[in-house]
Amino acid sequence: MSESDRFEPLIIGFTCNWCSYRAADLAGTSRMKYPPNVRLIRLMCSGRLDPTFVLKALAGGADGVLITGCHPGECHYLEQNYKALRRYHLLRMLLTQLGVEPERVKLVWASAAEGARFAEEVGRMVEEVRRLGPLNWPAVAADGGETVAVQTPNGGHAHEGEPLIAIPAEQEVTP
Amino acid sequence: MSTNGAKPKLAMYWAASCGGCEIATLNIGEQLLTVDQVFDLAFFPCIADFKVSDVEGYPDGSIDLCLFNGAIRSSENEHMAHLLRRKSKILVAFGSCAYEGCIPALANLTSRQAILRAVYLENPSLDNPAGILPQTTTEVPEGELTLPAFYPTVKALDQVVDVDYYVPGCPPESEQIWAVLRAVVAALTEGAALPPKGSVVGAGQTAVCDECPLARHEKRIARFYRPYEIVPKPGLCLLEQGLVCLGPATLSGCGALCPQVGMGCRGCYGPLPGVIDQGARMLTAIASVIDVSGKPGDPEEALAQRVEEAVSTLVDPAGTFYYFSMAHSLLRRARVQDDGQGERHHETDHH
Repeated sequence: MSESDRFEPLIIGFTCNWCSYRAADLAGTSRMKYPPNVRLIRLMCSGRLDPTFVLKALAGGADGVLITGCHPGECHYLEQNYKALRRYHLLRMLLTQLGVEPERVKLVWASAAEGARFAEEVGRMVEEVRRLGPLNWPAVAADGGETVAVQTPNGGHAHEGEPLIAIPAEQEVTP
Repeated sequence: MSTNGAKPKLAMYWAASCGGCEIATLNIGEQLLTVDQVFDLAFFPCIADFKVSDVEGYPDGSIDLCLFNGAIRSSENEHMAHLLRRKSKILVAFGSCAYEGCIPALANLTSRQAILRAVYLENPSLDNPAGILPQTTTEVPEGELTLPAFYPTVKALDQVVDVDYYVPGCPPESEQIWAVLRAVVAALTEGAALPPKGSVVGAGQTAVCDECPLARHEKRIARFYRPYEIVPKPGLCLLEQGLVCLGPATLSGCGALCPQVGMGCRGCYGPLPGVIDQGARMLTAIASVIDVSGKPGDPEEALAQRVEEAVSTLVDPAGTFYYFSMAHSLLRRARVQDDGQGERHHETDHH
């Protein structure tokens, strides 16, 4: 497969203001290379991450979600990253039941000094999600998930121009 | 009460539902006499013999108030939703099924093929050696028979037609139903203002916890229990005792009936105002109070392991958090890799 028709996953990344966003910043200012597939959204703290954000990203067409925060014990708000950790594990159980591979949602701790670690983890996640293929949840919600077994391994779906949360009307299907 | 000329028309219809909404409505007791004084029944299959063709014959917009309960599970449900929308001035998504999918929408956690297979092919009490599945059309000597199509995904009423108001609850509490009917009666007879379109009516504004009399303290939950595993201590918040209760993420209005008798809230009054996804809100609330923490320098893998063990005592998070709101949730359904067994049987029927 040529480079150009390779599936490029779209990953929404949540960073915390005090550690992981600075790690991403350090990766950038140090000119470390990592795949451009992740779109970062800065929160004040990983504890601010409402699972609604993750579900909304997936429902709107994201192929994966990266959640990042300070290492346990180093949260700027003392212990909010423990809350993030507990939500993350419960959310993964929930998503598994809903047919979303757990690898699509990942939690990574990165301190402000760990630019290299941040870049490395993004690279690893992009490859994992690329291997899984597109999630394309708007189609799952629309056709009842009955055609998802037919996955296109290449970049068959364009994200450009799609509204973030629009879910197409369901087609009538007769049994 | 003056009712000059023709009385306003009332309809109540059931789609994919259990009939509990009708029972709850009839439970308003002697207030039914007032309803009868004010309204003429236009369509109410549970209690009066109207035909669909009667409704089809009504002028558009001639039904003043239609209480539509039940989810949209089949093409017939959807057809009736469109028909009643066209014939009604005020269309109310009445009860949890019409509002947000309710129990029928738990079917969204599996596939249509798996449902048809379980019901028509694998159920132990079945006798169906030919593996016959229902068909939308069947030729018989007398002509063609038709059945409604069974949709792969259960939808809420507002996912197929425009809805004016929502009444939550499984079923809505009778006094709340009467409050809603009274507001409509006042609007029709005295010109009182109706709430803004799209309002959730017949409910409170805060969480079920606010009207729950059980004693609450700081919550620290080490593990969860299923209702049969422990006998809850009376008078004490169930969530604190490790019994899942959706009270924190559920709209009030029911009077916290379930927690008071030792059964955790299941979430039937739906999300609080401003919440998009009730399940995500409950997940957030519950994960916040799980009693697994650590201190700087603790090995991160061991911490993750302890969290994993604690959360895994919560059996079936999808069915628990979306007990009533699956159709209205952000993801709406599960992604199911079906083996196509149902479809194969279906094809052999034709050949």
